[in-house]
Amino acid sequence: MKSIQELEAIRQKTLETINLRREQTGTRVVVGMATCGIAAGARPVLTAFMDEVAKRNLQGVAVAQTGCIGVCRLEPIVEIYKPGEDKVTYVKVTPDMVGRIVTEHVVGDNPVVEYTIGYYEAKNK
Amino acid sequence: MEFYRSQVLVCTGTGCSSSNSPAIIDKFEECIKNAGLEKEIKVVRTGCFGLCENGPICIVYPEGAFYSHIKVEDVPRIVSEHLVKGRIVQDLLYHKSVDGEQNILSLNDIEFYKKQKRIALRNCGVINPEDINEYIAFDGYKALAKALTEMTRDEVIDCILKSGLRGRGGAGFPTGLKWKFAKAPESDVKYVCCNADEGDPGAFMDRSVLEGDPHAVLEAMAIAGYAIGSQQGYIYVRAEYPIAVKRLRIAIGQAREMGLLGKDIFGTGFNFDIDLRLGSGAFVCGEETALLASIEGGRGEPRPRPPFPANKGLFGKPTILNNVETLANVCQIILNGPEWFSSIGTEKSKGTKVFALGGKINNTGLVEIPMGTTLREIIYEIGGGIPGGKKFKAAQTGGPSGGCIPAEHLDVPIDYDNLMAIGSMMGSGGMIVMDEDNCMVNIAKFFLEFTVDESCGKCPPCRIGTRRMLEILNKICDGKGEEGDLEKLEKLARNIKATALCGLGQTAPNPVLSTIRYFRDEYEAHIRDKRCPAGVCKNLLNYVIDPDKCKTCGICARNCPTKCISGAPKVPYVIDQSKCIKCGACMTSCKFGAVSRK
Repeated sequence: MKSIQELEAIRQKTLETINLRREQTGTRVVVGMATCGIAAGARPVLTAFMDEVAKRNLQGVAVAQTGCIGVCRLEPIVEIYKPGEDKVTYVKVTPDMVGRIVTEHVVGDNPVVEYTIGYYEAKNK
Repeated sequence: MEFYRSQVLVCTGTGCSSSNSPAIIDKFEECIKNAGLEKEIKVVRTGCFGLCENGPICIVYPEGAFYSHIKVEDVPRIVSEHLVKGRIVQDLLYHKSVDGEQNILSLNDIEFYKKQKRIALRNCGVINPEDINEYIAFDGYKALAKALTEMTRDEVIDCILKSGLRGRGGAGFPTGLKWKFAKAPESDVKYVCCNADEGDPGAFMDRSVLEGDPHAVLEAMAIAGYAIGSQQGYIYVRAEYPIAVKRLRIAIGQAREMGLLGKDIFGTGFNFDIDLRLGSGAFVCGEETALLASIEGGRGEPRPRPPFPANKGLFGKPTILNNVETLANVCQIILNGPEWFSSIGTEKSKGTKVFALGGKINNTGLVEIPMGTTLREIIYEIGGGIPGGKKFKAAQTGGPSGGCIPAEHLDVPIDYDNLMAIGSMMGSGGMIVMDEDNCMVNIAKFFLEFTVDESCGKCPPCRIGTRRMLEILNKICDGKGEEGDLEKLEKLARNIKATALCGLGQTAPNPVLSTIRYFRDEYEAHIRDKRCPAGVCKNLLNYVIDPDKCKTCGICARNCPTKCISGAPKVPYVIDQSKCIKCGACMTSCKFGAVSRK
């Protein structure tokens, strides 16, 4: 070890791994992964979120799954919780929608309205 | 670095390992692989979480789900329910880790952790002790970098001095002062030694630090080396701690590989390396001069001081010897400043203390509390009280060198000086809780037996004196005690304290003295009434069958190993006292409560 910069580089690199074990204060991306969710294709969505988070090296973002959210006909469902904001629920999510959700909502703070449950239900009345 | 959405932390400390955590980890890895989740979920082996009573323990992040008492056969369910479907397995959760509505509490809100402050144990149960990267991610080796590049040697010593850190091995000598004394003499060779020869019965604090966070000790030793001008450190660790030894070896290897030990650390020209020395099971080797003699390859025997090790220690060179837990505090003090550390604790005892809770207590395990916490808080809030709602009698601290704290002192704030004042001592941190079923004479006898066994034999007060004391105690427990025995014990104790060569001999009579001080009536009951109030000393108690309650079923007679109970249908059973070995089998087997102990 020749310099403090070298130490700091190792620290940053491993930080990602251990951040998960700290108090959760950042954004949480929750994918519905009950039988209904899995059958509707939630797993590729979950992995797409993980890839996206890793690719952009986002700090303080947790990707988790949960059980059945209740509206099985709209699975795969993804809910995004940001501190101090109401949760946003996305329905019928496919892996190719993930990039946009991460860019605009997780990073950019603008929910993708046309993917949300409210938009979907209004359109398909 | 891969991104894992979830991590499963499994305790691999000695406690959980002995209740099968390695097999649990294998099963987790197997099930996760079968579910095709190995790229999403990481299994991390950590050190001790402290709640050993509830082991094996595993925590799943990001939810922070705290599973306790896990068995190998529970693992597939956790994987298929929690990890695949995101449904937490409620019935396996530690029952105190959820609130009334089954919501998971944050670790710091669980009763066991709420009053704790983890400084020495900060990384235990959080990081993988076999991965230096994780230690670095939690600010590891930053304190060494800071000391080497921003601080002079005197500033480092000053920082430790000002923090008020005192030795956690038992005696409580100010650590900064020790370093200062060792820096003073001019010498081209000096040594930094770490005392990891944790020998007190019931103590396992140092083991858990070494198992859970070995790098914290290595880093602190390097800082000490810089401060006093030493290039070589030795860790003297008991061979009975195989997991700690293995992790230390791995840690030293990784630190060397990264150049955090070795030559020219951080490009500052500072060289420091550490080697292990394994102790082979002599209690006396925890005494500093005996420990140094043992590292040198000599017989582990103490020698008179002065000269103190700071002037003439290992191989005759200036040496500092610090306890594991003391060292585990050092890096945090360097990083956060002495004011931060001295803001915790009481006037003369700063920081925190780790205690190994054992005996009659619900949450057997490891706790770290700020100095000044009361015994009542430790036992009833953190420790979860005494099993079976029994009455607290006393807590034993300081092992064979310490004494008992009776119920009347439950509210004394725990620090070095208060414990000394009430006739016990901080010691290294073993805390054995006793309830009404423990006989204090027997406890004193237990500790004295230990000291007699472990006395190195070099000085007569310890070798002969403690044996004489034990003989008197045996006599008392056998019902042959006489008037004047207590006075004889006290006189012998005073003489041993005044004349024994090393700290171990000088403190060996303490358990006897403190139990006489607080439980004199119990001793007197043994001597005068030939009665053991707690019903422990076999020679002083008799099992008798109450003829009015006896239903003449004969189950006691069938369970009696010596066949000393006789009777017949409609004739109450009687115990032949001359053959009775007082095993109590009759009392446990009687369904009608007809057998009693007197």
